[in-house]
Amino acid sequence: MEIIVNGSSENLNKSCSIYDYITNKGLTPEKIVIEHNYNIIPMDKYKTTILNDNDKIEVLNFVGGG
Amino acid sequence: MNDFLEIGNIKLKSRLFTGSGKYSDDSIIPDVLESSGSQVITVALRRVDFNANENVMTHIPKDTVLLPNTSGARNSEEAIRIARLARSAGCGDWIKIEVIPDNRYLMPDGYETVKATEVLANEGFIVLPYINPDLIIGKQLHSAGAAAVMPLGSPIGSNRGFRTEEIVRIMIEEIDLPIIVDAGIGKPSDATKAMEMGAAACLVNTAIAVADNPVLMGRAFGNAVKSGRDGFLAGIGAQNTNASASSPLTGFLDE
Amino acid sequence: MNFYSKILNLQNFDFNTFFKNVTKSQIFKILEKNRIDENDFLALLSPVAEDYLEDMAQKSKILTQNNFGKTISLYTPLYLSNYCKNRCVYCGFNTESKQLRKQLSFDDVYKEASIISSTGLKHILILTGDSREKSSVQYIKKCIEILKEFFDSIAIEIYALETDEYKELNDAGADSLTIYQETYNESLYKDLHLKGPKRDYEYRINAPERGAVAGMHSINIAALLGLDDFRRDAFFTGIHADYLQQKYPAVEIGISMPRIRPVDGGFKPLHNVSDRNLLQFITAFRIFMPRCGITISTRENEKLRDNLLPLGVTKMSAGSTTTVGGHSDSEDESKQFEISDKRSVSDMMSAIKSFGYQPVFKDWEQLNL
Repeated sequence: MEIIVNGSSENLNKSCSIYDYITNKGLTPEKIVIEHNYNIIPMDKYKTTILNDNDKIEVLNFVGGG
Repeated sequence: MNDFLEIGNIKLKSRLFTGSGKYSDDSIIPDVLESSGSQVITVALRRVDFNANENVMTHIPKDTVLLPNTSGARNSEEAIRIARLARSAGCGDWIKIEVIPDNRYLMPDGYETVKATEVLANEGFIVLPYINPDLIIGKQLHSAGAAAVMPLGSPIGSNRGFRTEEIVRIMIEEIDLPIIVDAGIGKPSDATKAMEMGAAACLVNTAIAVADNPVLMGRAFGNAVKSGRDGFLAGIGAQNTNASASSPLTGFLDE
Repeated sequence: MNFYSKILNLQNFDFNTFFKNVTKSQIFKILEKNRIDENDFLALLSPVAEDYLEDMAQKSKILTQNNFGKTISLYTPLYLSNYCKNRCVYCGFNTESKQLRKQLSFDDVYKEASIISSTGLKHILILTGDSREKSSVQYIKKCIEILKEFFDSIAIEIYALETDEYKELNDAGADSLTIYQETYNESLYKDLHLKGPKRDYEYRINAPERGAVAGMHSINIAALLGLDDFRRDAFFTGIHADYLQQKYPAVEIGISMPRIRPVDGGFKPLHNVSDRNLLQFITAFRIFMPRCGITISTRENEKLRDNLLPLGVTKMSAGSTTTVGGHSDSEDESKQFEISDKRSVSDMMSAIKSFGYQPVFKDWEQLNL
């Protein structure tokens, strides 16, 4: 299946939770913000939100800024 | 003396806000916060770089007030979206609205800023909008529910100093909100000048981040802001700028 | 919040103690500021500040020139009617006075307007007494419609109206509202306004704001100097102007500084207001509100008006009469008060020019699109 992550498409073998997806990428859930199909997903919903074919997600974090 | 800057129920002792951008190494940030006394730091929200795994948050002490900005937003809808995302990170309700449709001079869009402020203030955000110095926009932001107004001192990152002082002075006099001079402040004396005039605070990023010694420059700005504030509170003495009388205008009263 | 609620908080303000604590160095410092607040304004009205009157006048002159140039706007009053239900003890039109009562017919209005407009004047101030029966809003509206043919700006100085009534007259062509509080001292106000609708202090004090809400382009307020201690009423007039200007930044706010003149019935001023006092008020107010208009009418004599001209004044009346129909008929005994500066419009123009100032007949016209 295919999902769009931060504007680029990415192939996944099977559906998985947001939690599984980001920990596989080596990210710490506490330090990021997720938008799933334009909805903000609170951290306690990462494990129960499942990524399906054609979903769009934004994975964001804080960086230096003025 | 109990001189606090109160914004959104938080009482701040320091009137210097710092930024977290443009440091050659983010790990110096805690030392800069320490030397400057700054209690508020701005951050930006970006798409994660899956290859770098860098996160500025690891360098920001827990008790610092986080002021996420909406940089990257070109209109109110984008600013609102970024603000909501930033809040979902669980780091508080403060948001610096920054709507910049101009990539050449990085000038903010006042109209879109007012629209975003109204929506976000209604959602309970503590909104600090960044604008071109403009009295009418400032008043509209007040009505829209802003917690402070942040006019620019000169263009972002220009380090050209406090060039907008005549207009900012009017904003300080007329707008019943803290006026925080943001952007363009290049030297500690620029910050002092703004504070002497009655600005509530200064936001300084580039001038500290790109100094040869950011920790020392942080201390210099911390002191500069304090000096300016003390000068303002103490009541600047009279400077004789008026032309002295050429011929008496009131002589007729004694005729 | 309206201005009445603001002034309620100040009713018990201790002016004497405040004035006693004003120091010379404080005045000196205030005069060096770019912008002064209410406290500074009151300090400039203090007896201590009288020693700095020359410095105040210098500053006031510069501020006035910077904001208005070397110009004086001219207007003249046109009395439509002197029927009145009020008993204001200082006024020649008061209901007890034996004056002949008159109201201009629409033909009379036309006649007066032709005569006034032949002098070149473009701004006019129309006045009535307080009688809704005799001088109804509809009557005044009709007069405005006639006057519109002759004048570019019409100001009304009539009994206090409701917001929608102000709007009706504004739509008809009255762009300015003049309404005097007479005194801001509420208990004194009750003592001086014994009878009639005007006795309602709160309704009167909020009238300028109703005019602003109704869309008036300019609002002119005043206290009648000589009723209460001038320092007190001068201060309240100033903060009333400031209140209106803050809340209605698009409206042109101005103040007048009328001193009590002799009237039929012989009311004596309760407080003396000297020329020095008047100048202190003008200059303190100019420093407090550099962009507000200041009107000095023909109540003041020729010589004083000439001397005050560059020191803060922006507007003057000329060729005035306070008699109903006085522009076409010769003046009779039914005056509201005695005119002091009796110069004609052309004499006023020459005088203004001789001081290096420009007399302005028209500086505004409302376009009803």
